[in-house]
Parts: sequence; C-alpha cells; structure tokens
Amino acid sequence: MSNRPVIELDDVSKIYPLPSGNVVALDHLSLQIQEGEFVAIMGPSGSGKSTLLNQIGCLDVPTSGSVLIDGKNIGEMDDKDLTELRLSTIGYIFQNFNLIPLLNAYENVEYPYLMKYRKPDDSGKVTGLLQQVGIDPSLASHKPSELSGGQQQRVAIARSLVNDPKILLCDEPTGNLDSKTGGQIMEMINDLNRRGNTVIVVTHDMAVAGFAHRRINLQDGRIV
Amino acid sequence: MDIVLTLSFRSIRLHGLRSILATLGIIIGVVAIASMGMMGANLDQLVTSQLSSLGNVLVVRAYTGPATGFEGLGGGGGGGGASSTLTSANFQTIQRVAEKYGTVYFLYTTNDIITIKGDEGFATIYGMTPESISKIFTLRNGTFPRTTGSAVIGPSLADRWDLKVGDHIKIGSAESSQETIRVAGILEPRGLSVDLNSDNAIIAPDKWYTNFYGGEGQYNQVNVAVTDIKDIQAANDAINNSLNHRKNVVSIFDSSRLLSTITSAIGSITAFVMAIAAISLLVAAVAIFNVMMMSVTERTHEIGILRSIGTQRKEIRKMFLYESLILGVIGAFIGAALSLLIGYTVVLLLVGNTEFFFTLQSFLPIGEAILVGILVTVLSGAYPAWKASNLNPIEALRAE
Repeated sequence: MSNRPVIELDDVSKIYPLPSGNVVALDHLSLQIQEGEFVAIMGPSGSGKSTLLNQIGCLDVPTSGSVLIDGKNIGEMDDKDLTELRLSTIGYIFQNFNLIPLLNAYENVEYPYLMKYRKPDDSGKVTGLLQQVGIDPSLASHKPSELSGGQQQRVAIARSLVNDPKILLCDEPTGNLDSKTGGQIMEMINDLNRRGNTVIVVTHDMAVAGFAHRRINLQDGRIV
Repeated sequence: MDIVLTLSFRSIRLHGLRSILATLGIIIGVVAIASMGMMGANLDQLVTSQLSSLGNVLVVRAYTGPATGFEGLGGGGGGGGASSTLTSANFQTIQRVAEKYGTVYFLYTTNDIITIKGDEGFATIYGMTPESISKIFTLRNGTFPRTTGSAVIGPSLADRWDLKVGDHIKIGSAESSQETIRVAGILEPRGLSVDLNSDNAIIAPDKWYTNFYGGEGQYNQVNVAVTDIKDIQAANDAINNSLNHRKNVVSIFDSSRLLSTITSAIGSITAFVMAIAAISLLVAAVAIFNVMMMSVTERTHEIGILRSIGTQRKEIRKMFLYESLILGVIGAFIGAALSLLIGYTVVLLLVGNTEFFFTLQSFLPIGEAILVGILVTVLSGAYPAWKASNLNPIEALRAE
C-alpha cells in the first residue's frame, strides 16, 4: 500500500430531484483511498453505499464537490472519457455477476480487452486469467447460464482484471454465493489486493468486511 | 468477427421466430416492389420494342376534324364532312418539303374479305408502289412483288392461314367482285405501329389496288419515315406550314409522341403499383421497429452491464443498428432471390411476354427493392439504437 491517493472525494454531494422533494444520497462526503488499500463500505440500505460506489465507478457524477479517480476529476469529463476510464482503470465485480448472457465464459473475459485494444487477445492473457480464477478450460466455451454461481463470479473476476485495472469495485461480491464459495471468492479478491490492486467492497457481511484494511460506515449519505 | 457484430448475430439467433417474422415482412415488401417494378420494366420494353422501330414516322392524313391523338393506330381514315383522302397534289407537296428528311410514300388502305383454300376471313389490304414496298419492308422469305398480280403478306396472316410463297388468295366477296393475288413474299414481323400494321395484312402494288378498288390518286395516308429522329419536328413543321397555312388540309401524327406518351403512362402506372407495393414494406418497417424496441427493452440490463464495463455509446448504437441491418440484408436478399421467380410469373401472367425478362432494365427494380428494403430496416432500427445507447447505465443495470 502506497501513500498516493488513487480515489479522492472532496465535499461530495449527490442530490436526486424528485417530484416529492430532493433526495440527498451523499451529503458533503469527503474521502481518500490510497493506492493498494482494501476498503469496506458498510451501512444500512439507503445509506448511500451504491451511490458512492457509482461515483467511484464513474457511472455517475456528483451534484457538487469533486471526485478524482487516479488524479482525474470525473465531474469535468464527458461520457466518452468516463467510459474510457471505466474500461481501463476500474474493474467491476457485481453481486449478481452480470456476465453477458450471449457470450461464453472466454468471450466474457475477452470483451473488455477487445473494447480497449480493438483486437483479439493473442497473448493467452484471457486463458491465463480463467486458469488463475480456477475456471477449468473445458468451461471456457460455456455460456453463463451453464455455469454455477461461483463459477460465474470467478469469470466475472477474470473479466474485471483483463485490462489490468488499478481499482477493483466489488458490490456485495458474495451476496449470491454460499458461504464456502463466498469465502473462496473473498480469498481471491484479497489475493488481488495483495498483488497491488486497490479494492473497495460494498457489503453487509462482517466476514467480508473482515478482509478490509479499513471500514467506512455510511448513514444518510455521511461517513459515521 | 467483430464482437459487437457477434452480439447482434447471437441476439437475432436467440429470438429466432421473432427475427424470422420480422424478416418475412421485408421479404414480402422487397418481392412486391421488385415484382411490380419488373412488370413495369418488361411492359415498357415490350411496348417500346414494338413501337420504337416505327417511332420516327410522321403519318399524314386528310384533315377530318380535331385530332383525338390516337387516330394513327386505327388504320383507315375517319368520317366527318371533309374528304378523308389526300390528293396527288397533297402528296407532291409533302414529298417536296419532306423528302430531305427521309422517305415519303403514300398508301391506299381498306379492309376486305379474303378467301384462302375455301375458307373466308378478313384482312387489311394496302396498296403501295413496288419501290415503297421494297424500301419499307423486310422479307422473311420470297420476293417483293414483280407483277401487279402478286403481293407480299404479313407473317401473322401467313402463319394463321398456313400460307407459303406461291399460294393464292382471293380478295373481295364472291357476290360482288373478287380477284386472286399470288403470294410473292412473306414479311418479317413489324409489330403494332402507327403508320401501317403489316403483320396481318396484304400489301399489293398500287396499280393492282386502284384497278380493283378504284380511287387512283386518292391516298388514304402519306407516311414520312424520317432518317434522323431529331428532324421529326422540322419535317412536321415543313408539312404543316406548306399545307395547313390557310386552313387545315391535313392532320399530322408524330409517332414518337405516341411512344413517349405510352412509355410515360406505363412509367406512371409502374410507379403507382410500386408505391402500393411499398406499403407492405412500410408494414415491415413497423415490424422491425417493434422487434428492435422489444430487443432494447429486453436487453436493458445487458446494456447496463456493457456500459458499466466500458462499452462506448457508439458501440451500443452499432450493436442495434447491426441487428436491424442483418435482418434487412437477409430479408432483402431472400426477397431479391424470390423476386426472380415471382417477378417472372407476374411478367408472364400480366404482361404475357418474357422476352425482355433477362435484361438489365428488368433486373434494375430488384436492386432498387434491395436498397429500399435495407434502408427501411436501418431507419427502423435507428431510433431503438439511439434509445439503447442513451440509457443511463445505473438505471439500465437496475432493470431486470
């Protein structure tokens, strides 16, 4: 872990205007996460965890304040640049895996690579990643619907790593897995952190949060 | 293969039945437009071929009243109070002013009973100078008439009555007067024309004609076969100025005008039926639009995933445009292939002649229908593709 902040939120607010009145999802929140850090974001439903993750994941921009990802202010970026940042700097691991149903395991992992480099992976990186996350080569041609939950999450992890992202965002990564598989997945994520990836996990699960260097508890859009 | 194109192909395959039904609409639309277009093109070519060889003719007749515009096709002069024949002086004037533009010849014409091998029938009899006959017509076999007792006959007449060179035809009715004429030659087909319809006629020397029917020097018609079609208006003006300057003596019919009127009418009819056929493509466009909107709705979550892992908006747009383009291309090309078969049947049944089916002009509507079919599907997919690419990734991810 270095002392260089890879994620910096300064006085960030996110307000959703609704007919019934404004909903404040993030309320003047400031936060720094260092490169190589493992952070768990916790809090009850509606506390702003997902909104925070969306800001860090460049899926949304703040209403006020600034969010810097790897030194870049996402509030000043257009959709094209935000998408490029998601592709190259951030790896997303979702609770419900979110693999592309029309592509097989290999193609799912290769997809972000193709989007970034505009050419197929001929270096064996995709195959290597699938092996690294424990996917048997015979499963590479299987569609997501033909894989178990644990296998799908392994493929999703391999996909998130294919463009060598600095930041791994995990949204309840074990939420849909049994405890044994969940444990294996968390070991895998922890291992990635040990190799240098900055990991941010949103979770309700204390066992998952137990892997983190630091826990951030949110309530009503604020850090408590 | 491009991964975005792969996704489009697999989406189409996943929803096979829906895709087939949408494609079917395009197939029907393309077949309808192409077949109607082919029918029009074949009709146009058929009429043009039958009339164009004679499209450079001015037909001059005695003025009998205001022109109807189509008197040239009827053969034989009309009624009315004025004389229905042209005089020798008229012919000489026409010859003097129009000879420099081409061949000027007169003809006598009537319809009469004919008797061949004991059977009676009806035919048009023309009387022309032997020089005019040999200049105007082409022989299939035999010779041009060398004596006044011989004639050339049209190919339809020859085929219908099984007439050969050397056979004899009795002209006129047995009750009044009847004369026998020998078949010296049989003409090449000339088709429907405005100056004279020789295919079903007997063309006899003028001397024989006036001996039998009388009326020497009273011509039913004078034709000017203009050498260069560009001179047709000049020849028309010359005749008009020399004969009609004080009062209308002759009516002049320009056959090229009839040809352009007919082809223009065929063009309008073809455009109209093609427009009606295009309605089916419009229905197909709505079907494609519906399919694409369903696809966007069903794949909203997938779009969210793709966007969240770094897919640019233009890639999403491409994915859906490819999908509609694939449906359009498949539909258009299947439609084009079927158009050959269905178009041939339509041309055979409605035009009754497939002589011009395998021509560029006939196949051109297929190309047009392919282009229109593809264009319509791409346009139908444009809004769904735009909508998909503009989905908010967070909201799309939440969709189930």
